[in-house]
Amino acid sequence: MSKKKAIIEKDHVVIKFSGDSGDGMQLTGTQFSETSALMGNTVSTFPDYPAEIRAPKGTVGGVSGFQLHIGHEEVNTPGDFADILVAMNPAALKANLRWIKDGGIIIVDKDSFTKRNLDKAGWDKNPLEGEYLIHYKVIAAPITSLTQVACKDLDLKPNIVARSKNMFTLGMVYWLFSRELDFTKEFIETKFAKKPLIVEANKLVLSAGYNYALNLQLTRSYRVVRANISKGTYRNISGNTATAWGLLAAAEKSGLQMFLGSYPITPATEVLQEIANRKDLGAISFQAEDEIAGIATSIGAAFAGKFAATSTSGPGLALKNEAIGLAVITELPLVIVNVQRGGPSTGLPTKTEQSDLLQALYGRNGESPAVVIAASTPSNCFRYAYNSGKIALENMTPVILLTDGFLANGSRPWKIPKMSELPEIKHHIIEEEEDDDYQAYRRIGDSMIRKWAIPGTKGYEHRIGGLEKMEITGNVSYVPENHEVMTYQRKQKIEDIKKQIPAQTIDGKSEGDLLVVGWGGTYGHLVTAVHELREEGTDVSFTHFNYIFPLPENTEEVLSGFKKIIICEINDGQFLKYMRSSFPQFNYSQYNKIQGLPFSIVELKETIKNNL
Amino acid sequence: MSETKKYTFKDFKSDQEVRWCPGCGDTAILNSIQKAMAEMNIAKEDFAIISGIGCSSRFPYYMDTYGFHGIHGRAGVIASGVKTANPKLSVWQITGDGDALAIGGNHFIHEIRRNIDLNVVLFNNEIYGLTKGQYSPTSEYGLKTKTSPFGTIEKPFNPGELVIGAGGTFFARGIDNNVRENQALFMEVEKHKGISIVEILQNCVIFNDGVFGYITDKKEKLDRQLFVEHGKPMIYGKEKDKGLVLEKGKLKIVKIGEDGITKDDILIHDANELSPILHYQLASLKAPEFPVVLGIIRSVELTTYDEAVHAQIEAIKAQSKIKCMDDLLHSGATWEVE
Repeated sequence: MSKKKAIIEKDHVVIKFSGDSGDGMQLTGTQFSETSALMGNTVSTFPDYPAEIRAPKGTVGGVSGFQLHIGHEEVNTPGDFADILVAMNPAALKANLRWIKDGGIIIVDKDSFTKRNLDKAGWDKNPLEGEYLIHYKVIAAPITSLTQVACKDLDLKPNIVARSKNMFTLGMVYWLFSRELDFTKEFIETKFAKKPLIVEANKLVLSAGYNYALNLQLTRSYRVVRANISKGTYRNISGNTATAWGLLAAAEKSGLQMFLGSYPITPATEVLQEIANRKDLGAISFQAEDEIAGIATSIGAAFAGKFAATSTSGPGLALKNEAIGLAVITELPLVIVNVQRGGPSTGLPTKTEQSDLLQALYGRNGESPAVVIAASTPSNCFRYAYNSGKIALENMTPVILLTDGFLANGSRPWKIPKMSELPEIKHHIIEEEEDDDYQAYRRIGDSMIRKWAIPGTKGYEHRIGGLEKMEITGNVSYVPENHEVMTYQRKQKIEDIKKQIPAQTIDGKSEGDLLVVGWGGTYGHLVTAVHELREEGTDVSFTHFNYIFPLPENTEEVLSGFKKIIICEINDGQFLKYMRSSFPQFNYSQYNKIQGLPFSIVELKETIKNNL
Repeated sequence: MSETKKYTFKDFKSDQEVRWCPGCGDTAILNSIQKAMAEMNIAKEDFAIISGIGCSSRFPYYMDTYGFHGIHGRAGVIASGVKTANPKLSVWQITGDGDALAIGGNHFIHEIRRNIDLNVVLFNNEIYGLTKGQYSPTSEYGLKTKTSPFGTIEKPFNPGELVIGAGGTFFARGIDNNVRENQALFMEVEKHKGISIVEILQNCVIFNDGVFGYITDKKEKLDRQLFVEHGKPMIYGKEKDKGLVLEKGKLKIVKIGEDGITKDDILIHDANELSPILHYQLASLKAPEFPVVLGIIRSVELTTYDEAVHAQIEAIKAQSKIKCMDDLLHSGATWEVE
């Protein structure tokens, strides 16, 4: 093993693993990113997979990908174009060729480039032959056959052996980056603990891939220097896990039991799965028969004194909107997590979009204000889920938390917070004999918040529901003036939350020609584009919104420092509409992308420059 | 559960004026529930009454207990949330034939499937009252209403068949004005562990008056109603001379004293039988060919969902290494940056 490697040091590298949706590319990508993070790099990942579990094998539509970006400085996006593409079949190569940098490395499984597979992927001729890929460094390895050779002494069927070929690829890429195999070996041992033969096969194949690359000295190898990151304990976390954990943390902090009523829906399902797995923390998960039942059970649980939440994606939010109105009028605390995906209707279930903003703001009947908050990185889903719970409990209101498919499935290393350092969460449950003149809709002090009397507490028996309430008593009331009073009380309650949220900050100068505005899941791309432009000498400022309704108190002031404002969104301009109606005095322009994909840095930089 | 005191039905009356139409069967049901609850030996604050939308769903406002008037069709799921959150509560779902069987039909079968320990009172008047007279999923085939001016062309649901078909553990049927019988029935409903569904045949005086008139006719009702009791033969009639027997798997009416039939030949009602087949047949009997079966048709006990949820949580808590959020945050692969 004394062979010397020609090592190239890189600030950051983008790798994309791609193959059939059954080829294990998500697992391969996750393993590589976790190993990289353990070895001190910053990481940002983005899985990209088809809606079908097993789309037709070998077709472009069935290609599943996992892109990751590792760096020695902070990486905020999974990268636009890949330095290295792994393509397990001709379809994967076809689907991803446009996303590789010129001069990039392509690793393919040569064995899969058969006539039949080439036909299925729509290649007229074999791209590995001739000069088609001349601009790239192609490594065509016989991955399938070498995997079989590695496992020849094991008593395993060929189709079982074939399933571990992703480990061969992973081994090769580990060699390229001088990674250790231990972490993945441990992972294999845990994952297949009950199947020792499978453990053996996967470990053998992983090492075989590594040694193959080592012996052939395939190419120059890379080194991404350890990142300079602040001290602490870190872990990788995906947006959906972070969201679920943020909710659980809010429950623990408030001293209330967590209740999640939900129905599986892509790409939000992991939130339900995570909470279903946390019975050890006392969490109740209720897998309901539909979206409406998901939220309605949560409203029942909120009435009964739990910290209640429901999780969904766009079409599910549409189904839940009537019930959100019920939570608005009954003034119960509730968090509605909406992991946005491409719409309308079923739309693009596995692709990202920001097109539920207007639905979250205005999608209900009547004057029905609810708080809207948006997370902006996979890991800060934790913070915003926690804050959603805090605001819901402290203000007796439903809160809609918007994340999206990009945040939900993407993952980032995350410095683990200490529970003791998170802000306190109060709630308004009243104890027996605390209030001898309880009235269901009497407001606390100067606020518009009502007390939370829960069934089982003696002396506070009361009725609430979807009919308009009489001020103070909460009895059903059709008095015309009272309806207006109550409408304004509900509105005021939400507007008061402005005082509880942080001021909007500006990245860059507070005055200038152009302010770039974003919200939610586009943060990583926008901040990268703006910083790169600034380094290149372009003067541009940036502000990114997490608190959407109510907006931070200083929003108008932030916007007023600029001649022009460009709002960039993964939709047709929903935040733009909202800002135009909130602050019509400013000069807005827009940049929108509606392809089910995140922004690319390149397009953002170009757009921003063109607007200067 | 809190300490209980002696109540009277008046303790369960709220200060809100009852706004059902004069003569509405709902008022009688309200009275019988208030009387029953006073006798249940449950603290008033431990009752939660949950409803959906419809005439019957105004019910919680008239009760001086915890109450929640939900949205259309969702009474069952809101109630499921309350009971799952706090199994110590006595949770009552008040619903109607539209609320439970049309817009809330999905929730209805699933709450039954889960066997959540809820007490469900289904006011069946075979019509939409609050929207002023449209046919419901239980309206008789051919009924002329505002939305079926030429008669309905939809076959109705029989709630009992639906409940038993969905695996229900308790089904009973009553008639709105039988306050005393219903009071006793509600006591049994509260005792039954698991979801208990009581269908109350309820007369809508405005939009479907007399819909159950054939069954409730004062002179003839003894021949048209069969009140079943567990362990007793299924005998009915003015002369107590009619009864049910099984012949070739089907229920048949026989007359005691005719064709050599004696009292001993009559089927004994076994509400606790796990097999639902006979219960289904009893629930299905229709006038005028058969008497309508009233009383507790089915009452079996199986594990309840709400109990199982909390038992599972306790079991996992006892064996998991993760005891708090800090443990969870540090579980799995982590690394230190110095």
